[in-house]
Amino acid sequence: MIATFLIQDGVTNGAIYALLGLALVLLFSVTRVIFIPQGEFVAYGALTLALLDGGKVPATTSLLVCFGAVAFLFDLWSMRRGTDVRTFLRSLALNLVLPGVIYGITIVLAPLGLPSVAKALLTILIITPMGVYVYRIAYRPLADASVLVLLIASVGVHLAMMGLGLVFFGAEGLRAEPLADDNYTIGALMVSAQNLCIYGATIAIIVGLYMFFERTLLGKALRATAVNRLGARLVGVRTHLTGVTAFTLAAAIGAVSGVLIGPITTIYYDTGFLIGLKGFVAAIIGGLASFPITAIAAIGVGLVESFSSFFASSYKEVIVFGLIIPVLIWLSLSGGFHEEE
Amino acid sequence: MKNRFFAGMAPVAALSLSLFASSALADVTIGVTISSTGPGAALGIPLKNSVELWPAEVGGEKLKVIVLDDAGDPSVATTNARRFVNDDKVDVIVGSALTPASIAVAGVAGETSTPHLSCSPVPPTISKGKWTFVMPQDAGLIARNLFAKMKADGVKTVGYIGFSDSYGDLWMGQFKGIGEQYGLKVVAEERYARPDTSVSGQVLKLVAARPDAVFVGASGTGAALPQIGLRERGFAGKIYQTHGAVTFDFLRIAGKAADNTIFASGPAMAPEALPDTAETKAEGMAYVTAYEKKFGPGTRTQFGPHINDAMAILKKAIPVALKKAKPGTPEFRAALRDAIETGGPFPASQGVFNFKADDHLGLDDRAVVLLTAKNGKFEITK
Repeated sequence: MIATFLIQDGVTNGAIYALLGLALVLLFSVTRVIFIPQGEFVAYGALTLALLDGGKVPATTSLLVCFGAVAFLFDLWSMRRGTDVRTFLRSLALNLVLPGVIYGITIVLAPLGLPSVAKALLTILIITPMGVYVYRIAYRPLADASVLVLLIASVGVHLAMMGLGLVFFGAEGLRAEPLADDNYTIGALMVSAQNLCIYGATIAIIVGLYMFFERTLLGKALRATAVNRLGARLVGVRTHLTGVTAFTLAAAIGAVSGVLIGPITTIYYDTGFLIGLKGFVAAIIGGLASFPITAIAAIGVGLVESFSSFFASSYKEVIVFGLIIPVLIWLSLSGGFHEEE
Repeated sequence: MKNRFFAGMAPVAALSLSLFASSALADVTIGVTISSTGPGAALGIPLKNSVELWPAEVGGEKLKVIVLDDAGDPSVATTNARRFVNDDKVDVIVGSALTPASIAVAGVAGETSTPHLSCSPVPPTISKGKWTFVMPQDAGLIARNLFAKMKADGVKTVGYIGFSDSYGDLWMGQFKGIGEQYGLKVVAEERYARPDTSVSGQVLKLVAARPDAVFVGASGTGAALPQIGLRERGFAGKIYQTHGAVTFDFLRIAGKAADNTIFASGPAMAPEALPDTAETKAEGMAYVTAYEKKFGPGTRTQFGPHINDAMAILKKAIPVALKKAKPGTPEFRAALRDAIETGGPFPASQGVFNFKADDHLGLDDRAVVLLTAKNGKFEITK
């Protein structure tokens, strides 16, 4: 009886960790970035949704406009030695017009009291372009740097985004309204509609990613970049494009995770880091390379967390993060994990 | 070349700055170190806001207030405190919002003989220090009031759930120390962390132990997580919350789950409901009115009033000390310390402070009220 509750709780959290783990693996394999701020997208998503619930215009929209403006300045700087009109217009549209339009849409729609699905979609729309700008500002200038430099950049981006979160959302936590309020009873188990949304979205994203990588040209280009960056460039894959795509996908997955987790717990401006770290444990178990192993490991992390919170709640984090040590030992002994450098 | 020029200019600039600073030494200087970012931000931001409500002068002397952020980090708090003492020659240090940072400040204050008003609870070894005075109610005082209420409610067995940090340990320590005197037995002890996404495991174990009541040793909106979890799992008994949980954000998050709950609190959360005879009413009303006028209705917190109370004490103590010495001198600091220790009682918003040489906590039962939540508001209960 208790075990079924714990399993349900573990699978629910595990599904969220799986989404984060997948995003981390995706980013690492394509861009070699260990993306610590992935959790921040989750927190931003959840907090944005919670503010939209209150009929307020979330501060993330103005943040998006600022990010876009900075990215545009970066573009201008790199264009300082002359450029053609098309590149300039494209940069203008992507960095200034797009966030402006999203800002306008949000201002119009936020006070209307939208249905919850529309609020969720609006949240995803606000957060997703942030991935593009984060890539443009922090990572594109470093595209050829070592994994270690990229990791250090990630730490910086994480701290900056967390600080901005504190400024824009305040120190106290927020909780969003669930997408749907219904509860279903299956035997002794009570399953809420929100939980079903989480399972559904996780499965849909996993299937979607599979289709994307197997069936589309862009997906194949991403895989090619992941396997061999230089080789991919030689055969005509634009690695900047794959970088942008990977970051956009990661931000979208983060926003979806935020929308899913916002209604089931209280989210603070700094919660994202811990959630992201648990996704990271799963990604490490998957060797930062394998999507299916990461997904399964994430469910495992969720289950371990849920059971250890029942049997030894004081040691819960120790147990969860301790999982990583035997895995690392095993990976380094079996020699299956090589850094490029 | 340019860089070298600036490097050469820096000491000159610093020197002229310190010259200006020393010319202002006649004013009373107060150094405030607060955790307005980092893990203590929820506590530190209302404290920092409250500093803005301080008067411009006390006893005819202008107040010079320097506010620094310590991010809740003891080493930053130490640096801030040293800066206050060495560079700014402060007469009194106020802060910090989190216990570890306050302990660090108390160390510097004791070493440099500077009066220190702590805005977070500190362990007894620190509050025994000669130069440190504590503004918040200590856990023992709150626990005695809550435990007495539990006894009156007929509670015999208690399930405990608290933060897995020193705050959680503090309240569990009270159960171990004095719980027995009130006939309370802890049947389950569970821990969680504020950023946890779920406390289902802990809640299941608590409910399975079938306690008469649950005590939550957590603060801010973080205290709402087990509150909601317990109600979701059908726990119908009373839940007891510490004063750390008494914020409107808590009620906003917990919603209906906050029913049938007893909160301990300082009187400054609901001064309107106090009888007119209460010594804390005047200060509490004045503070809450001024704060909510500036920062919006419903923004009052449990923590901000500590800054107000520090000023309530200084307002009475500074004029006494001014008679003995000039601000900026060691004699003034010693006189100020003596005035705080012996000049009581100081009626303030969170209680009536009456310090003694062996008691730098200074509060009594007037500093605790019990609240319940009704329709998104706190109401005083007996």
